[in-house]
Amino acid sequence: MKFASYFEIPRISSNAYKVWQRNKDVFMKDIKLNFLPPFLEPILYLIALGFGLGRFVESIDGVPYAQFIAPALISISVMYASFFECSYGSYVRMYYQKTFDAIIATPLTIEEVIAGEMLWGATRSMINATVMIPVIALFGLIDLRYSLLIIPFAFLGGLLFAAIGMCFTAVTPNIMSINYPVLLFITPMFLFSGTFFPLSALPQVIQYFAVAFLPLTHVVNVIRSLGYGILELSLLFDLVWIIIVCAILFVLSINMMKKRLVV
Amino acid sequence: MPVIVAENLRKTFKDLVAVDNISFSIEEGEMFGFLGPNGAGKTTTMRMIQCISPVTSGSLEIFGMDVSDHQREIKSFMGVVPQENNLDMDFTVYENLMVYSRYFDIPKEEAEERVEELLDFVQLTDKKDTMTESLSGGMKRRLILARALVNRPRLLILDEPTVGLDPQARHLIWDRLRLLQKNGVTVVLTSHYLDEVEKLCDRLVVMDNGDILVEGSPSSVIEKYVGSGIVEAENDPQLLECLKEREASYEVIGDLVHIYTDDPKQITDYLTMECSITKFSARPATLEDVFLRLTGRRLRE
Repeated sequence: MKFASYFEIPRISSNAYKVWQRNKDVFMKDIKLNFLPPFLEPILYLIALGFGLGRFVESIDGVPYAQFIAPALISISVMYASFFECSYGSYVRMYYQKTFDAIIATPLTIEEVIAGEMLWGATRSMINATVMIPVIALFGLIDLRYSLLIIPFAFLGGLLFAAIGMCFTAVTPNIMSINYPVLLFITPMFLFSGTFFPLSALPQVIQYFAVAFLPLTHVVNVIRSLGYGILELSLLFDLVWIIIVCAILFVLSINMMKKRLVV
Repeated sequence: MPVIVAENLRKTFKDLVAVDNISFSIEEGEMFGFLGPNGAGKTTTMRMIQCISPVTSGSLEIFGMDVSDHQREIKSFMGVVPQENNLDMDFTVYENLMVYSRYFDIPKEEAEERVEELLDFVQLTDKKDTMTESLSGGMKRRLILARALVNRPRLLILDEPTVGLDPQARHLIWDRLRLLQKNGVTVVLTSHYLDEVEKLCDRLVVMDNGDILVEGSPSSVIEKYVGSGIVEAENDPQLLECLKEREASYEVIGDLVHIYTDDPKQITDYLTMECSITKFSARPATLEDVFLRLTGRRLRE
């Protein structure tokens, strides 16, 4: 009975959009600063890893190294943007700024606040992808036909990492403890999700583990295929995996936050 | 018509009983105060009224609607000044009110008008474009009051509205609350400042340990529990002897003795004539005397 309460479908109205708007308004205040990382980071990574390290790697699966990592850079940015927004960012708004308390004194519910936070986190992922695609395209490392599909997909992938971040926010005893999931989950994903080298280079067991439990693996698969301009049926598996896990964690994180905040 | 009706309202946290079967009713247009030491259950009661903390048992109706299933409607008629400042520090004064009005679905043009009015009402028009972090404590409180009014509430809940403010800022807030009451707004507040409650409230309750100890108008409560006057005298055995003889109502507080009476003149005459005590002073009784008498002088954490 108690377990089932974590998977109750939350009642969310369009009010969640007002929370999204609030965060968007704050983001717009510092828009220049907020646009800098997704603009600069791919350039730095591509120069250092793609063209520097890439000279020694030459090619992976017949693709130049810079082109291999370019889609991974977008995927990593999608992960970081929403995970950090809904972990550190949401925690600060919840605990230090008491923003959630102020909002739930109005007709909005806590479910709507949390949903709005995650929708905003996903939007940040989408914004990052949108800024990075033209930068990477300038290097000629992305197929422009399908790359626009990366933008809506970045929202979906972003929502997944937003929900993951929110689950940790719901249980973290203090802000420092968010370092644990970053160190034990996010950083391994950054390295072992087929980002900078193909998964096939790892022992079979780890490959299975990555496919089963590391969401970034699936996000990288999809964005890499779109970046290469190759649509394969196997992408459906990644897409379904992401949608199912995202839906479960979205509902779970809202209920976990409710348990934390409604006393 | 009552705006808030609580019957056997109870709230427990794990093994702590925060609010223990209290009943009260607050009339429309009333200014109603909740008094009590820290941990008495005032804030918990306020949070249940605000529909943000679920009721454990009993019933709580606001505008005739149950708090457990009409939260959205109730909250749309209500303004809240929380104990802790929770202004949005990512925004300026003006933006705070505009963003907040969006949560109530107030159309933008209407909101702009109201916000200008409210800034004027709490005298913050000059600070319109200031980030809230750089406001003084009094300004923050005034802004929170303005924010609580963006939806033109019929019920205003204030949890220690003037905590930490200088006398000027307190008076401004009191003045504004009276004005709101005159316009028909029901005001419910908690406070540690007993003079504040005495001056403002039509009725009050004193809470302790989750229970309501007394209820009534400030003057009737004072009358009933301490009498209208207090004579303070230095503690000495002779005095106590004297008072016992007369069966006077008194309390020893360290070096002082408080004698509760409806007729201070009679007591002071008695003390000078019969007991030859001359060091004393008489003053009208206040809510503070009632408060301390009912809830004791032990420090609360």
